[in-house]
Amino acid sequence: MHSHAETIPPDAAPPRLELRGITKRFPGCLANDHVDLILKPGEIHALLGENGAGKSTLVKMIYGVLHADSGVMLWQGKETTVPNPAGARKLGIGMVFQHFSLFDTLTVTENIALGLDEAGPMEALAERIRTVSERYGLALDPARHVFHLSVGERQRVEIVRCLLQDPKLLIMDEPTSVLTPQEAAKLFETLRRLAAEGCTILYISHKLEEIRALCSRATVLRAGKVVGACDPRQETARGLAEMMMGAELAIPERPPQAQAGAPRLSVRHLSTTSANPFATNLKDVSFEVRAGEILGIAGVAGNGQAELMAALSGETLIADATSVVIEGTAAGQLGPRARRALGLAFVPEERLGRGAVPELSLSENALLSGYAREPLVRGGMVHFARARAYAETIIKGFNVVAHGHRAEARSLSGGNLQKFIIGREILQRPKLLVVGQPTWGVDAGAAAAIHKALIGLARSGAAVLVISQDLDELFVLSDRISVLFHGRLSDSRPTHETSVERIGLLMGGLFGTPPDEDGEIVRAV
Amino acid sequence: MSLLRLEPRGQASKAMVYATPLLAVALTLASGFILFLLLGFDPLKALYAFFVAPLTSTRGVGELIVKATPLVLCAVGLAIGFRANVWNIGAEGQLTIGAITGGGLALAFYGDGGWWLLPLMVIGGAAGGAAWAAVPAFLRLRFNASEILTSLMLNYVALLLLNYLVHGPFRDPDGFAFPESRLFEADAVMPILWSGTRVHLGALFALLAVAGGWVLMARTFIGFQIKVIGLTPAAAGYAGFDQKRIIWFALLLSGALAGLAGMGEVAGPIGQINASISPGYGYTAIIVAFLGRLHPVGILLAGLLMALSFIGGEAAQIAMNLPKAITGVFQGMLLFFLLASDVLIRYRVRFGARRAVA
Ligand SMILES: Nc1ncnc2c1ncn2[C@@H]1O[C@H](COP(=O)(O)OP(=O)(O)OP(=O)(O)O)[C@@H](O)[C@H]1O
Ligand SMILES: [Mg+2]
Repeated sequence: MHSHAETIPPDAAPPRLELRGITKRFPGCLANDHVDLILKPGEIHALLGENGAGKSTLVKMIYGVLHADSGVMLWQGKETTVPNPAGARKLGIGMVFQHFSLFDTLTVTENIALGLDEAGPMEALAERIRTVSERYGLALDPARHVFHLSVGERQRVEIVRCLLQDPKLLIMDEPTSVLTPQEAAKLFETLRRLAAEGCTILYISHKLEEIRALCSRATVLRAGKVVGACDPRQETARGLAEMMMGAELAIPERPPQAQAGAPRLSVRHLSTTSANPFATNLKDVSFEVRAGEILGIAGVAGNGQAELMAALSGETLIADATSVVIEGTAAGQLGPRARRALGLAFVPEERLGRGAVPELSLSENALLSGYAREPLVRGGMVHFARARAYAETIIKGFNVVAHGHRAEARSLSGGNLQKFIIGREILQRPKLLVVGQPTWGVDAGAAAAIHKALIGLARSGAAVLVISQDLDELFVLSDRISVLFHGRLSDSRPTHETSVERIGLLMGGLFGTPPDEDGEIVRAV
Repeated sequence: MSLLRLEPRGQASKAMVYATPLLAVALTLASGFILFLLLGFDPLKALYAFFVAPLTSTRGVGELIVKATPLVLCAVGLAIGFRANVWNIGAEGQLTIGAITGGGLALAFYGDGGWWLLPLMVIGGAAGGAAWAAVPAFLRLRFNASEILTSLMLNYVALLLLNYLVHGPFRDPDGFAFPESRLFEADAVMPILWSGTRVHLGALFALLAVAGGWVLMARTFIGFQIKVIGLTPAAAGYAGFDQKRIIWFALLLSGALAGLAGMGEVAGPIGQINASISPGYGYTAIIVAFLGRLHPVGILLAGLLMALSFIGGEAAQIAMNLPKAITGVFQGMLLFFLLASDVLIRYRVRFGARRAVA
């Protein structure tokens, strides 16, 4: 079948997009090396590759954000250059970026208007947004300000923005990393419908099951080169992963937990009242994380995860100091710095712009939180040699693909930055680690490595709290699982006593009271 | 729908960041050329009188340094604040208060000074400037009042206070009611560093401020925190940096340096307190800070350039009978071209309304 793709019969429609020999070099790295790609009308085409393989770079060139050093692009059979994103949109190319480009202080409608070339009156646009978001099952309130939105909701804004423009080619760079399984399923319906209407979709994701369910063709990149193509429906997820890596995938084992130790974090009757009307207030949340164990908190983004993370990190202070106890110390009134001193390390879900400063180098970003537990500052002076060494240790220990410690954080691929941040926190040997979405956008091999590191950290005696909406991940990692819904936290269940289906139901808002063994759901919340 | 719009160009290169100040200087010179031509002066002669002639004598170079001293002192402090998104527009007022407190000490101990008087005045001047800058810091942190407005308004308050003092308590008892104080006695005057000129100890302070500012931003943890807060406040919150402390630090430091500059003026070239201590050094320092790319070494160069615009303006007034406003015109053009070339490097201008996509 696919051997015909390269030689098109003269009467057949030309491919929607063809790339020939696209090459792009960054200082110190060849991000794309003579990449050829053919996208047919109406196909859903996967672009696969490890973190840093060059996927985002390639699609940014298609969308006119970056420009190829050499190579040719043909749009519907005609040679084209795309000077900028506006030019791409004119051709009918839409793109959802891996890192969002939204203005926090503007509303959803205003943000979308900025990205459209012809916005029209605001009220009409708000109406269109409402229609499109409903039609595609991406709930969105056009009047809300973006800074109120969770990461998942922000992504919906980007997706809706593209869909408003009826694109002929829709590029999605990891669109589902923060969507819930239900949301993702709805999105896939949308994408299938779009494809049936003739829209081509170029789809980047590290979720290989998704790729298998959605895509009919896949092109695999490794270190900037095309190393293969396949029909993902004919492959296993593991097979796809190994094709990307060119090596075998080692899936981490979770050794049985030794006796759980003393509680390192106890949260008791934690309630928040936020001035922000769109925040989800936490309601009487109580849980404990003990030395040596991993507690997973599942839940759909926007159910209080952001508020819980902020309350734990110290970015918001809690009136009742005793409702957050870290290592026996009432910490509700302590700021992030004091909590770090108690042994807390923290990985926020928002990596670029919170977990890392985009414009600063990796060694400076190593210092960002590393100062708290590593000897990087002495007498008020930064010990740069040590910060560099620390950055290098992280880069080596977590296989971060980067151009050394001098690379700016923003030059890293999404997954590599995540590995860097996780590494930075784990290598501080924290007593308590709180992680949000640990493997969002991370490739299969790196996800396995991160999981292994988290399990290793817990088994060495630290307490680990993982907040994620990826159930597969939580089931790999957690010793116990709870669910956060509308600001309330369910009781935790040992992982081996529960199931993905059951947690999935709880995430949708069905709390059992108590969740008894035969799975009877007694009360809907 | 506007007929003119800006479109981002993608990344601006590092080289361009440093090239824009040079571009701005070149454009200012070119516009000056045209301006002089239109005003009916010989442009080459005028530009020579403005930018070159002042540098042909020892005295001229000395004056350049004298003028650059307060500019650099103020701008180094301001730039550190600007890096942390603390917009202190009040250096002029802080400078004025520093002159009042530092100079006030000279008057208070008039007649019984000693070696200790000048160090005391240095401390007093810096403390006065810092105290004046503490007001906007407090208002920002307590009431969330924009320091841009409060620090700017305090400039007028400081100037009125100065006017009151030189007409009242500070007035020279033997001075025939002129609004100025006694001349400071020898113990209260900044030592001259370069004989034959008016270059005084303040110039050394300015150099120390440049070096200190560089060390602070490049080597210390506070400098690192300032950078992070300025670039990405959310990351600073995540890292646990205390933004309040940084706001206090930035305002107190810039206030102290401005106060020191003011004290240096009255104890240096002026030698007394009068009603016109500063020809707007505190405002010009804002231009200096940006022209120097908020970098201490850049500020040193920019400070010298701006000082040249002051003495060149004076020289051109005398030599060519140019209007006094010429100094302000050149300074304004320089800032305008700097900001404009910054914008043009990040964006390209498009004419015409947006076209609908088919
Ligand atoms: N602006 C830049 N400057 C320097 N290097 C860059 C820049 N942008 C990307 N790179 C490098 O190019 C390579 C490819 O990056 P790219 O973002 O395309 O990877 P990716 O395949 O999208 O990875 P991920 O799955 O992690 O998102 C990486 O090694 C990255 O560090
Ligand atoms: Mg990417």
